[in-house]
Amino acid sequence: MRIDPHHGVVGRAAPRTDALAQASGGLVYVDDLSYPSMLHGKILRSPQAHARIVSIDTSAAAALPGVHAVLTGADLPIAYGLLPVAQDEHALAIDKVRQVGDAVAAVAADDPDIAQRAVELIDVVYEPLPVVATMNDAVEIVDEPIHGDGPRNNRHREVSLDFGDVDAGFDRADHIREDVFFYQGNNHAALEPHGAVALVEDDGRLHLWSATQVPHYLHRIVAKVLEIPEHRIRVTANPTGGGFGAKTDVFAHELVAAKLALATGRPVKLILTREEVFYAHRGRHPVLMWIRTGFTGAGEITAMWFRTYVDGGAYGSYGPASLLYTGQLQTTTYRIPAYRFQGVRFFTNKPACGPKRGHGTPQPRFGLEVHLDKAAEDLGLDPVTIRERNLVHPFSTTVNHLRITSCGLADCIERVVEASEFRAKHRNLPPNRGIGLAVGAYMSGAGLPIYFNDMPQSEVLLKVDRGGLVTVYSMAADCGQGSTTMLATVVGEALGLDAADLAVVTADTDLTPIDLGSYSSRVTFMAGNAALEAAMKLADLILTAVADELELDTDDVRLGRGVVLAGDREIPWPDAVRMAEARWGLLTAAGSYKPPKGIRGDYKGAGVGPSPAYSYSACVAEVDCDPETGFVAVEQVWLAHDIGRAINPLLVRGQIEGSVHMALGETLMEEQAFRGALHDGPSLLDYKIPTALEMPPVEAILVESIDPEGPFGAKEVGQGPLLPVMPAVANAVHDALGIRVDEIPLRPDKILAALRDRERDGQGRYGPTDLPAYEFRPPLPVDPPPELR
Amino acid sequence: MLRLPVLRHAAPTSLDEAIARLSEDGAMLAAGGTDLVPNLKRRQYPEAKTIVSLRRVTGLDGVSVDDDGTLRIGAMTTVARLADDGAVPEVLREAAGAVASPQLRNRGTVGGNLCVDTRCHWLNVPETWREAAEPCLKAGGEMCWVAPAKKVCWAVSSSDLAPAMVALDASVRLAGPDGERTTPVAELYRDDGMDHLAKAPNEILVEVIVPPLGERRAGYRKLRRRGSIDFPILGVAAVLEIDGDVCTDARLVLGAVASAPVRVTAAEDLLTGRALDANVIQEAAELAGKAVRPMSNTDLTSRYRKKMVPVFVRRLLRDLVDA
Repeated sequence: MRIDPHHGVVGRAAPRTDALAQASGGLVYVDDLSYPSMLHGKILRSPQAHARIVSIDTSAAAALPGVHAVLTGADLPIAYGLLPVAQDEHALAIDKVRQVGDAVAAVAADDPDIAQRAVELIDVVYEPLPVVATMNDAVEIVDEPIHGDGPRNNRHREVSLDFGDVDAGFDRADHIREDVFFYQGNNHAALEPHGAVALVEDDGRLHLWSATQVPHYLHRIVAKVLEIPEHRIRVTANPTGGGFGAKTDVFAHELVAAKLALATGRPVKLILTREEVFYAHRGRHPVLMWIRTGFTGAGEITAMWFRTYVDGGAYGSYGPASLLYTGQLQTTTYRIPAYRFQGVRFFTNKPACGPKRGHGTPQPRFGLEVHLDKAAEDLGLDPVTIRERNLVHPFSTTVNHLRITSCGLADCIERVVEASEFRAKHRNLPPNRGIGLAVGAYMSGAGLPIYFNDMPQSEVLLKVDRGGLVTVYSMAADCGQGSTTMLATVVGEALGLDAADLAVVTADTDLTPIDLGSYSSRVTFMAGNAALEAAMKLADLILTAVADELELDTDDVRLGRGVVLAGDREIPWPDAVRMAEARWGLLTAAGSYKPPKGIRGDYKGAGVGPSPAYSYSACVAEVDCDPETGFVAVEQVWLAHDIGRAINPLLVRGQIEGSVHMALGETLMEEQAFRGALHDGPSLLDYKIPTALEMPPVEAILVESIDPEGPFGAKEVGQGPLLPVMPAVANAVHDALGIRVDEIPLRPDKILAALRDRERDGQGRYGPTDLPAYEFRPPLPVDPPPELR
Repeated sequence: MLRLPVLRHAAPTSLDEAIARLSEDGAMLAAGGTDLVPNLKRRQYPEAKTIVSLRRVTGLDGVSVDDDGTLRIGAMTTVARLADDGAVPEVLREAAGAVASPQLRNRGTVGGNLCVDTRCHWLNVPETWREAAEPCLKAGGEMCWVAPAKKVCWAVSSSDLAPAMVALDASVRLAGPDGERTTPVAELYRDDGMDHLAKAPNEILVEVIVPPLGERRAGYRKLRRRGSIDFPILGVAAVLEIDGDVCTDARLVLGAVASAPVRVTAAEDLLTGRALDANVIQEAAELAGKAVRPMSNTDLTSRYRKKMVPVFVRRLLRDLVDA
């Protein structure tokens, strides 16, 4: 049922409910926690990229005064992993290490300096093994697979799927284009490093605080690894100083802090250094892509073949899902009548990659949007027209069985093209200036939970006290995206109350009902719907009670702003609440959300990609390039985003601007690069993030397609707006200089190399040409949905 | 975060006391500490025992101009002050304004920037990282990972002020246990990444003396990835005396391409006595490019940085001629 807002709470550009606390240092981050007699934990990490552990001698560390506990892998022997299919990690290494920075041993000591000295006293003897530093190494170095029971070519996962008749699609094409792209990996670089505090409460239960986006998954894994029943563990997620996906996995330091607290009986704090954050990683996968697309003369896509080679690092993490995401969402923006997707994820001896804002989709989106730009040029079309000719239809089904509902992509393109004067500027700007267009789409929450179950993905509980205060209980973890404000706004709108007047209790497994976590852009859609359902039930209780009390027909009683309008009377909200409590007893209401059935296919891999709704974005970037230095200055970005409905336009704009900043970092400079298997510079000086000086003006345009299933019609904004920025800039650089750098980041030296290539009668291209010597298995045929057959 | 090693902190109130403390085993001078502290956290100075801060020594900061126009800059003058002071020639204000970020310029000092340690991406990394790589020559190991053939450290001179001061023929006043001496800034540096300062460890740079610029034209250009924070990966300072159309004297100094600022005398000689048209400027720029060999030890590739030398030299010279 579609519910439209009418109280003026939704749609108001209000500051976050915790804005003052955030700006004034009042927010309690995990490192702000301190308890009497608290110990400090420290992890000893591997200096070896790939080695067998011959021996570990902890005696000197244990003997150091002020040291209270020393742990090794033997103390935490149970393997874990966030995905049920990737249980390949140990809190502390057992038998071998697989990357520089693997956790090997840990201590708890009176202060951080003693802890530091203690780990330096631990003597580990390693027997080095052949190091797999690249995807080519992964295929070629087969003597010692990174995971002992894994395949000898270090292949982690492979996918090979055919949707529709791909060969026939290419046969009827008038033009076929092939391209190879590389997208370097990068880190989330949240300003707050990861950290955890653990203690044993008076009742003997373990309490773990963590800078995490996923308290529920952390809860489950702590229970598994520490062999403690879930009801004996309480997990609290502190507000994070940035997440972006970095804190959606479970990490060694969380399990180690918990184990050290149990071992010592004292509170233990363990905060990572920046170097450790780069080793914990779970950031953007490096992806090599090969794309082949057939077009009619008019530019309509007849078939697409997309191959991705994904460098996963040392562990599975979210990798099986990440791999599928490199192929599954291409169909959400364009009608692709026949689609072949082949992808492979390799293990390498580097920090494990995982989900970063856009999870697995920015890389193929970059490739696809630049590929389309090139095809448009081949066909004599402009970049707007080739996209418009292929746009996905609202309320349709894709060839890979994704259900598309509301879709404002056409509006997004039109608005952004108009605002930027794209048509007038494209091919017409002065030398070295250029303009580029690209689009993207993202999920409003993954259709399936991480572990298979039939329960709701999000639940919200409301409780009202006699003063009229409504408290919202939800496990949604605010990682900076504003989910707490969103919950207050949705419930406030439904009840006619100011968002700032509600209380919201979040992200605590003792206090709050399930929300699966702040990942996959799921919280507004899912927790928002659960909150709305709960609020509607609560409204019904209150209106019924008032109607009964005043002997009015329920049709004559409705909610106003802070009042119940009953006939010609205005009952103040607290009075109405008291009438309802007298009538019903304790006033509570609960709501749950589970994505609808029938939004996915039934092939292997179909679980990744479906979502109850997709957001859409279009971006235009204008650049000024220096052909002598290769520097690219992004002068302005226009970004239109189909948000469904803006619950809070201020937060939506904030997400768009933040996405543009992060995207420009990836486009121009950020890279998690390696010297061999050694991180190229694990600090925020060497890992280049754009400063305020590199940030151009951003014109954020909100397109409201009013999704039929979103709360008040809302969809996601946390990740989608990132996606079109990288290819828009790359296309703009082409417009400016006539060259193609088919690789992210667009470093100055690569720009110059492409210019050099052009001078030598080349194509003016810099980018990859070769693919790993890996044979995909034949694609598994999947019938398209009936309406596309 | 990374933690400092356990150190003594000395805050002498006189220069003599500071020199005495600095003469002790394991003493290191702090004149702002913006580079020293992160280096200490990364355990780059295992021999460090005492940090001798100059903050409480009076009379070491401030900018003054002598009657003849000679500029005197106290070593503890903040980089921010130098960037802002109207009495300071534009070229120095440009170089100072290009140092690090506003916050670091508020804390960092002129003396500290001139003496800043050489940098290398095999060295300025956490200790755990260096252990994983095996320590390089400067970190106490056997080999330089940048150029393993020779037992030489190629760490990069990373001061923005140094090339500008060399180009201006500035001198520094040094105070040591045997009294004071004054030496040209150019002679303060040695092209040795391990030991880049030609001064005793217990000599303190107390003042920079800059001769008047007069009618000469001068400028500084910096290459770095971002508009703030980053150390230079190329610095170009030039001072030109131009009479009519003809260049009568030239100084051209490159920073961040070796372990010391590099004066490109070949280019200076070429420019001197010539009318600075585009061809002459281009020729000088190419000579500058040939004079240096950046190594793969900092941001971006060595090949790229070498390619940028003539570009930046040409642009600066052209700007100065057009000014």
